[in-house]
This record gives sequence, C-alpha cells and structure tokens, in this order.
Amino acid sequence: MIGIGLVAPIAIYPVFLMKVLCFALFACAFNLLIGYVGLLSFGHAMFFGLAAYVSGYSVKAWGFSPELGILYGTACGAVLGLVTGLLAIRRQGIYFAMVTLALSQMVFFYCLQVKFTGGEDGIQAIPRRPLFGLINIQNDLTFYYVVLAIFAGAFLLIWRTVNSPFGQVLKAIRENEPRAISLGYRVDHYKLLAFVLSAALAGLAGATKALVFQLASLTDVTWQMSGEVVLMTLVGGMGTIFGPVVGAAVIITMQNYLAGFGEWVLVIQGFIFVVVVMAFRKGIVGEIQAWWERRTNKA
Amino acid sequence: MRFNTLAVTTAALLAAGSAHAQYSGGTIKIGVMNDQSGLYADVSGPGGTWAAKKAVEDYGAAAKGLKVEVVFADHQNKPDVGSNIARQWYDVDGVDVIVDVPTSSVALAITQIAKEKNKVFLGSGPASSDLTGKACNANFIHWTYDTWALANGTGKAIVQTGGKSWYFLTADYAFGHALEKDTGDVVKKNGGTVTGAVRHPLSTNDFSSFLLQAQASKAQIVGLANAGGDTINSIKQAAEFGIVEGGQKLAGMLMFITDVHALGLKTAQGLNFTTAWYWDMNDNNRAFAKEFAAANGGKHPTMVQAGIYSSVIHYLKAVEAMKADADGAAVVAKMKSIPTEDKLFGKGTIREDGRHMHDMYLVEVKKPGESKKPWDYVTVKKTIPAAEAFRPLGDGDCSLVKKS
Amino acid sequence: MLFELIGIPPQALFGQLLLGLINGAFYAMMSLGLAVIFGLLNVINFTHGAQYMMGAFAAWMLLEWAGIPYWGALVLAPLIVGATGVVMEKLLLKRLYHLDHLYGLLLTFGLALMIEGVFRKQFGSSGLPYANPLPGGTRLDFMFLPNYRAWIVIASLVICFGTWFMIERTKLGSYLRAATERPDLVQAFGINVPRMITLTYGFGVGLAGLAGVLAAPAYNVSPLMGSNLIIIVFAVVVIGGMGSILGAIITGFSLGIIEGLTKVFYPEASNTVIFIVMAIVLMVKPAGLFGTPK
Repeated sequence: MIGIGLVAPIAIYPVFLMKVLCFALFACAFNLLIGYVGLLSFGHAMFFGLAAYVSGYSVKAWGFSPELGILYGTACGAVLGLVTGLLAIRRQGIYFAMVTLALSQMVFFYCLQVKFTGGEDGIQAIPRRPLFGLINIQNDLTFYYVVLAIFAGAFLLIWRTVNSPFGQVLKAIRENEPRAISLGYRVDHYKLLAFVLSAALAGLAGATKALVFQLASLTDVTWQMSGEVVLMTLVGGMGTIFGPVVGAAVIITMQNYLAGFGEWVLVIQGFIFVVVVMAFRKGIVGEIQAWWERRTNKA
Repeated sequence: MRFNTLAVTTAALLAAGSAHAQYSGGTIKIGVMNDQSGLYADVSGPGGTWAAKKAVEDYGAAAKGLKVEVVFADHQNKPDVGSNIARQWYDVDGVDVIVDVPTSSVALAITQIAKEKNKVFLGSGPASSDLTGKACNANFIHWTYDTWALANGTGKAIVQTGGKSWYFLTADYAFGHALEKDTGDVVKKNGGTVTGAVRHPLSTNDFSSFLLQAQASKAQIVGLANAGGDTINSIKQAAEFGIVEGGQKLAGMLMFITDVHALGLKTAQGLNFTTAWYWDMNDNNRAFAKEFAAANGGKHPTMVQAGIYSSVIHYLKAVEAMKADADGAAVVAKMKSIPTEDKLFGKGTIREDGRHMHDMYLVEVKKPGESKKPWDYVTVKKTIPAAEAFRPLGDGDCSLVKKS
Repeated sequence: MLFELIGIPPQALFGQLLLGLINGAFYAMMSLGLAVIFGLLNVINFTHGAQYMMGAFAAWMLLEWAGIPYWGALVLAPLIVGATGVVMEKLLLKRLYHLDHLYGLLLTFGLALMIEGVFRKQFGSSGLPYANPLPGGTRLDFMFLPNYRAWIVIASLVICFGTWFMIERTKLGSYLRAATERPDLVQAFGINVPRMITLTYGFGVGLAGLAGVLAAPAYNVSPLMGSNLIIIVFAVVVIGGMGSILGAIITGFSLGIIEGLTKVFYPEASNTVIFIVMAIVLMVKPAGLFGTPK
C-alpha cells in the first residue's frame, strides 16, 4: 500500500493523486462511523467543508503556516463534531441520518451567509507557504509526499482505533447495542467519541484538500458531497479497512475519466450505483474478501 | 486515464513530418471547459465544443499548416472539479488554452491557475466583472459579456425610458449580489431610485412570495438579478400573479436566448435584456446558426457559444503570427496588440485589462404573433457602442492598468 | 423580529400565509407519496423527485406530441409514471426488501441520477414551457389569487384526503396495512401480497407524477425540478414521522406556511428553515410528530 503510494506519482499526475488521498481519508473517516459503529451520517460534508474554509481562511488571511492551518481546520472539525454529536448521537438509523443532514444544511447556510467564506466563489488562491518554514510545497510532487504522510498517519490511527479495545466495544455496539449496555458500557460515550474522531479526520481531509487545490468552496459543504462520500464507501466496501480507499480512488478516477463523456456523466454514475446495490452489495473490497474466504474455506 | 486519450479530437491534421517544434507538444491544443450536463449546459455545453471546432475549421488551420486539437471536459459548475481539470490539462495533457468556463466561481479559480502555469484562458461564459477588475491578470481575456455590461445596458435603457424606481429579486449568492449592486449603481447614476430588494435562495421553486413583496413595493421595475432556472421561474410566476398586468415591468438582468425558449414567447413577450450577440442579426450569423442548429438538435446558438467561436479565431490568429504558443502571457499580449475581427463579432479590440471590446445590444422579446420562424424571438432595439458598453478602464481596480 | 413583524401590514401577511398554504399543498402531496411508500414498503424512495419531474414531462409530451390537453394529462400522466414505477419495482426494488433500508435508498438514488441524466440529455437543462390552463385570477382584498393556484390547493386537499381515507378507512387499505405487518398471514388468506406491494409502489409513484403534472403550468418544466425539491420533501416526511400518512399531510401544509413566513422575515433562510424545524422536532420527538417509536 505505502509502496504503491510512494511510486505512484511516477505514472500518475500528483495533483490527481492528492485529490484521491484527500477523499480516501474523508471516506475512511466516514467508514469509521458506518462500518464500525453502524451510524449512517448524512451530513459529513459539514466537517469536510467547514474545515476547508477555516484552514483556507487562516492560511490566506491570517498568514498561518500550512501545518497550523491544517491543525486549526482539524480542530474546528472536531469541535463541530462534538456539538453535532451531542445533539445527534441518541438517535438511530434513518433518524440519525436526518439529524446530521439537518445540521449540515444549517452549516451550509452559515457558510453561504458569512462574509469570510466568499459565498459561492469560495476562498481562492490560498497560498502554499513552506511547511514548518522549511519544506517548499509549491512543487506538487513534494506536496504529494506531505499529503501521503498525512494520509498514512491518519490511516494508521484509524487502523489502531478499530483494532483496539475501544474499537471492539464499538463493534459490539454495532452488533447488539442493548447487550453492550447491559454489559455496563456507556454506549453513548463511546459513540460520541467515535463521532468526534470521525469528524476530526473528515476535517483533516477537508483542510488538506483546501491547500491542495488552493481553494475552498461551497461544493464541499453541500448535501451532495455527503452523498458522494456514502457512495465511495459503499462502492469500496463498508466496514472494510481498505474499502473506502479503493472506493474513493474508483469514484474520483471515474469522475475524471467521465469528464470526457460530457452529458452522460450522470447516467453512468447512476448506473454504477444501481449495479453496485443490485449485484455487489459488499463493495469491491468486501466482495474480494468474501471470495477469498470462500476459496480458502473450500481448500 | 487521461483526457486526451478519450477526448474527441478534431480538425486539422497536417501532412506528416513538417517541423512545428515551436508549438508546445507539436500541436495547438484547445480545451473547452464548461457545464456539459447541468444548469448551463444549454448556454454553452456541447454546443460550445461544437463552436470551438467550427472556429478551427473556418480558420482553415489545416490549410495554413497548423496542427490544432480540441478537447473538452465538464466542470460540473464546481470550482474544485474545474481547477483539477485545468491543472491536469495544463500540466500533463499539453493544453495551451482553456476557453469558455460559464461559472464565475470556476472561472475565478482558473484565471489563477492560468497565471501560475503561464498559459492562456479565454472566458466566454463567465459573468463576474471582477475577472477584469480585482482578479485580472495577464493570461486572461474576458470575451463575451460581464455583469457590469449587462447591468449598464439594460439598466440605463430602462431608466431612460421612464422606469425610474426599481425593486430587485436577487439570487442570494455572490453573482446575484454583484448584479444587483452594478445595476443599482447604474439606476442611481441615471436618476432612478432603488426601493428595495429581496434575496432568495439559489434554485428556488416558488417565487410567489418574493413577487408579492415586489408588488407591495410599488416600484415600476422589478429587476431580476438571478440566472437560469431562477429567472425562468420568476418570470413565469410573475405572469401568473399578474405583476405585469398590474403595471409593473420585469427586467431580466442576465438572460440567454435559451431562457426565452424555455419560457415561450407567450410568457416572455415584452422583456428587455442585453446581449452580446443574436443569431438573426445578419447573414453571417444566420449562416452560423443554421449550421449550428443542424448539428445540435435544432437549438440555436447563444452569445456564449458565438463568443467561443470568436475567441478561438482570434487566438489562432495571434498564435500563427507568433509562430509559438508556449508563453501564455506573450500570446495574450499579442492578442491584445492586434485588433479582433471575425464573422460573428465583427471588428473589435482587447483592452489592457483583458476586456474584449465590442458592441452590445439591447433586445426585446417578440410577441407570439411576430415570430415568423423557429427561434425568432427578439428584436434589437438599440446598439450600445463598445466604448459605452463596458466598464471604464479606470473603474475596475485592475492591477494591469497603469494608474496615471 | 417583532419590530419587523409590526413593519408588515396585516394585509400583506394574509397574502403570504395564503401563498404558504399553496406551497404546503405541494409538499403535502409529494410527501404523501413518499409516506405511503415508506409506510407500506419500508423503502425510502429517493427517486420521488425524478418521478415528479417525469410527471411534468409526461404532461408536456402528451400536449406536444399527442395533442392531449392538461386535463387529459392529469389522468394519463400519473398512470404512465405509475407504470414506470411498477416496472422498477418488479425488476429491481423487489429484490431489496429483505435488506437494510439503506440499500433501497441507495438504489433509488442511483435511479434518480440516471433518469435525470437521460432527461437532461434529451431535453436540455433550461426547461420547456407549459401553458397555464386556468389563466386569470381573483383579486382578493389582500392579494391577487391566480385561478391555477386555487386549483392546486383544492386538488391537493382532495387527493390527500382520498388517499388517507383509502388507506385508513377502507377494506383495501386494511389489507395493505396488514400485509406490511404480517405478509405470511395475509398471504395465507389468499391475497397476492407481492402484487399488492407492487401496486402500492406504483400508486405512490403515480402521486409524485400527479404532483408533477400540477406543477407543470406553475413552475419551469425542467430536468432539475425534482432534485431541487426532493430533499425538502424528505425533511417534511421525517418531521411528520416516517410512514405516517396523516403526519405527512399536516406537516406538508404547516411547513409550507412556516416557509412562507420565513420568506417575508428572513428570505435568505427560506430553504433552510425546514431543516431547523426538522432538527428541533427530532430532538424533542425522536420519531417525528406523528410517528410511532419502534
């Protein structure tokens, strides 16, 4: 995995790779909730988009260094996650999805109305200052390795979380919440913590993306963006550790690739959606895993 | 996975072997970027790609020994999608010039990238007059229209014919605010008043409540500072709620011929708006429109599509004169130094801030009985000479303009 | 707020309330279909917006291509759209009933994208005109009421009441409700449950189509008309309580009015206010206003 990441820019355009990494991180953050806690958030764009705005603004207007800007964006994502988590965490299933959707629509409205976001023009021309005052990230290739490092760090964190005792409790909650409660776990506490972590990581993804494209815009806060991350996770495989990464790569590649199909983009996207739901419900990684298990069981 | 492997390539393949090493990558590559499937797909979209290819063909690039390729992509009206494509085009795929980009937020992002990579960007579709103002740079030319020109053309004409008091229905985003402000300034400068404004969210279905507020304002003119579906819906519902019968007049600040088509003449009749180009104005335009309609399912070209044609012709002219296309700023400087001329926009110039100067037209939508043929929708009421049509050079705060 | 409230003459306020009611009629009709489908099939029908759009386009095609006027389309278009719904259910949706709600939602979301894409490709994105069949209006004290808008309210009330009555008060409705609770048992009584479910979906979709026909003369007939509306209608259903038919109707009308008032006092927020209401309602009543907690 890391190996592929290190050599990828030889063959593939680095800016494109950075975009994939940012969305992969975003999808991993989302997957942490749906895949391991069983909570479908339909408002994750609010963390992603808001973090993009605040990091972009802090770097452009306050002269923050990139690492500070990204941290600041992540922190804002986490705080917003705490607030929405406290409000939403007691709801389940479709109602949880709807509360998060409602809250993210409010964040969207806030971003549209306040001055600092620049309306739908967004924050443009965010400078890429040297990282830690040393590393020149103007160069796309250098910055690619920085983004790769950020992604790898966050991915490890998720992996550790999922495989820690904390992660085991989360899975227990997903499988059987009443039992987890009866075992004495403070379920809401665990859920909230997972939610805040997920929001912070989504924020990290958004903040990084703002620096990659040197732009933060309203697109990132829309409910369609929340839908897109659901799609990525679904295509890759919910609840698998690599699924979201593969899903994000597939969807982003497709969007790039399909740009040449012009007006057919929507139809093709919709069609893939339908095919995945009808035939490959476990997602790409999930189906491969299932196939592998069947094979090894037979042998 | 790259665009160029997929993109439809046209035109102008030269006999092999001739040395054109001075053109980067051996070809002049034109990237048409616009909205292929969304809100503005009819305004430019696939028809815009067609117009660019047509320009290459009409220029006779092949006969002149130029190797030209046209590629296209859909920016989905999202700045990040657009800037991703632009970077990849400029960096990897060897695109020398991006044309069109009918969404202001995307265009603002792409001017930055064009400057950073020293390439060329010719905006036919975007509206924001900031592009030749605060956000101007040496790699960009704004071709067809801008918010200032629209506000000025329509606003001035209406105030002068007695529409003194205005009330605005404004789409609540940067573009709508800019249109409202520019028009308000024009109205006030010409002795009119603005009695108020109501800001509606983007993509609203129902305008009745806002129209009722406009009605209560008793203003003579209801200015529609919005675009696309919002404009269409507000005009349609204004007719239903008897706004026009009640003696108030509507003024669409940004309207395209496709909007009139969507409304139908029965609803749209009598509306005034400003346009840079109309297909039924002269024989050249009609001939272009005929071919366009034949290739695009009967649709007729908009001013944006005509602008793409015109800008590509002029670009090729400059590149051919220079025999090079690698240095974007130099190409743009060359484009500014030679006068523009093509069969659709006639003669014109390009100002130092990147504004293409040409006449604008105030038009009025015909009554259903007056329309004699398909897409026969407007009559030209007034030609606004180029010098009056666009914002005075000194007013834009463009850094390229030397302060005297 | 209070200061602004005083600033607005009561006359204008009446006008705005009436307009809110008209919009509410729309929300009610749209969310009614969604609620029927969710209540009886447990499917969250994201295609609803696209089906509403298809209704409007069906009306346009009937007029342009077959010369069938509005009143004919009012009957035919919902049947056509309903029939596409039946096909969809038979081919795809049927296979997802045993799974989580999520998959139904995702499938219908994908289908909505496809339908919208095809219509955009075919008809462009700026839309098509459709003449108003009831031009003119009545000048009330406080506003001008177009005849067509009055007709929308009446039609919506009749349809909403009719649907509610059919499902809650007739024998057919009781079968339907029973079939969703215990399909095996109802099947044992010799009733063809799968067919009933198919027809129910067709009916819900037909309601969306009908709303589309009603919208055609008032709004712009465009491929995008549904996607602008779907998310709001969704919120209405959730606030009313998923699957509650009465809830959908009452919430539809009341949210129309709340939205109408917002358009006067803080117009920028008029698209957002529904979500604010939704958040508050779900905090206080987790299953929505008329939903039963499970």
